[in-house]
Amino acid sequence: MTAFSAPSDHRSLLTPRPGSRGRKIRSVVASGLITLAFFVALVPLVAVVLYVIQQGADQLNWAFLTDPIPIDRAFGPGMGPAVAGTLLITGAASMMAIPLGVLGGIYLNEYGGRGVLARVIRFLAEVMTGVPSVVMGLFIYTFVVLQTKEPNAFAGALALACLMMPIVIRTTDEMLRLVPGELREGSYALGSRKSRTIRTVVLPSAAPGIISGALLAVARAAGETAPLIFTIGIVSETNWSLFNGPNTALSAQIYRNALSPFPGAQERAWGAALTLILIVFIFTVLARLVTAFFSRRQTA
Amino acid sequence: MTMTEDTTANVALVTTGVETPIPQVSTPDESLPPEPPEEGRELVFQVRDLEVRYSGHTAVREVDLDIAANEITAFIGPSGCGKTTVLRVLNRMHDITPGAKVFGRVTYHGEDLYSSKVDSAEVRRRIGMVFQKPNPFPKTIFDNVAYGPKINGRKRSEMADIVEHALTRAALWDEVKDKLKHSGLSLSGGQQQRLCIARAIAVEPDVVLMDEPCSALDPIATARIEDLMEELKREFTIVIVTHNMQQAARVSDRTAFFTAEVDDEGRRVGRLVEFDVTEKLFTAPSDARTEGYITGRFG
Repeated sequence: MTAFSAPSDHRSLLTPRPGSRGRKIRSVVASGLITLAFFVALVPLVAVVLYVIQQGADQLNWAFLTDPIPIDRAFGPGMGPAVAGTLLITGAASMMAIPLGVLGGIYLNEYGGRGVLARVIRFLAEVMTGVPSVVMGLFIYTFVVLQTKEPNAFAGALALACLMMPIVIRTTDEMLRLVPGELREGSYALGSRKSRTIRTVVLPSAAPGIISGALLAVARAAGETAPLIFTIGIVSETNWSLFNGPNTALSAQIYRNALSPFPGAQERAWGAALTLILIVFIFTVLARLVTAFFSRRQTA
Repeated sequence: MTMTEDTTANVALVTTGVETPIPQVSTPDESLPPEPPEEGRELVFQVRDLEVRYSGHTAVREVDLDIAANEITAFIGPSGCGKTTVLRVLNRMHDITPGAKVFGRVTYHGEDLYSSKVDSAEVRRRIGMVFQKPNPFPKTIFDNVAYGPKINGRKRSEMADIVEHALTRAALWDEVKDKLKHSGLSLSGGQQQRLCIARAIAVEPDVVLMDEPCSALDPIATARIEDLMEELKREFTIVIVTHNMQQAARVSDRTAFFTAEVDDEGRRVGRLVEFDVTEKLFTAPSDARTEGYITGRFG
């Protein structure tokens, strides 16, 4: 007697169901279209990066990153003041926007909750994210530069900080909201108070997200042009002073040099563009690494 | 009284001193005569006419309970009967639940637990809690256990001993002693729950509240935690919420049976039906609803 006999109404697994052929074709076509769309979306991104590398790679060397900017007619390296300015201004902006933004986010999620004040602030932060950066530059120009009578790095940093802060506030708010309530309860159940619970349990749990959000805000600010053109002026010698004298930045130099009729200046614009892309890229990679490091330490 | 020292220590909790103990002879609910305190039974909690509302809706009402030291008290009942709600009353966990309000009288060693002079953080340092879902902090195993003692101001130099002692009592030390620097989240579910128990007992609480501590665990891990409770009972008073009647019958000394009844407005409201010595409640329940539940006729 065979143990494995099929019942008489058994339909073989190999017999296709009606309509299955059409479904398979549609699935293949849809998959193909999605893959195609992905590559189409990739084209501009890759093209921009490749073209900037092609045009700018020859410029990039140590002298280019440190030397003063020569006059437009001259050929040769020199974007040092812009590299210094970008680092100085973005750094100062981050020092202002990140601590304030994180604290603001903590207030919104941990203390404000669904109260009226918190809802108003959350709404304003959302509106501020949508304010065009040129408007922010104009605002700082009117209220700071026109008062101090002289453009400087700090005014630029203020404008960038105004752009970064709403991003940091919102990321922090959202990351804190993702921290499970059970973790907070676990801390409270041990006799921990609210401030301690936030400091020692909630913030560390949300840290990877908050840090990566903050670094992405930094990367975005580093690439801003419009608010800086209004606020920092222009120089061709490196100026490490935050408050005294005008300054410059990579983005502003790209704008100025690319419009210049002289080929030497245009080449330097490409070099500056590549430098800026690299700086932003480094920050993005850093954000990923920090996030991965913190999440691994929490779960491994 | 076996725990005189503890009782006097607790006087420091409120500046006004000990409140008048609740008389044992009268309760508002005549259908539930109070258990006369047996010889040597030290009462930790006395709950009278408790009602809890969430955003104005009553979740549970008319609860009277006496919970004794070094016993395991189990709360059983169908979903929505308010057993977890009552448990969370005992360490003032509702203070951090928006919209939750507690009415009635709850005393802890004779002191009003809900007096405005009592600090809820201090309450939770003495009355620890283990949750339904294991919730270790995203920190190392060591830091998870050291978290509570640190809050209590224990010295860094004592910490290694405290952590080892707590993990040993939670029957987890042998499994984790070589990986104290690993994250608490790297452990299995059952280990995570024992880590949470170690975390709770590391602060040397007086009471450990357990909210369905085994519901997310497999039978082997459950058995380990049940054995552990039997051990811990010697040092701590344990209150456990469980929806597993066999578990209540196995581990507890006394059992409270809750049920949910539909009120005039059609809302489900939890009530305490019967509270008795576990053996009696399971073999000779005095209320028909208890009998119906434990024999599987409803719930």
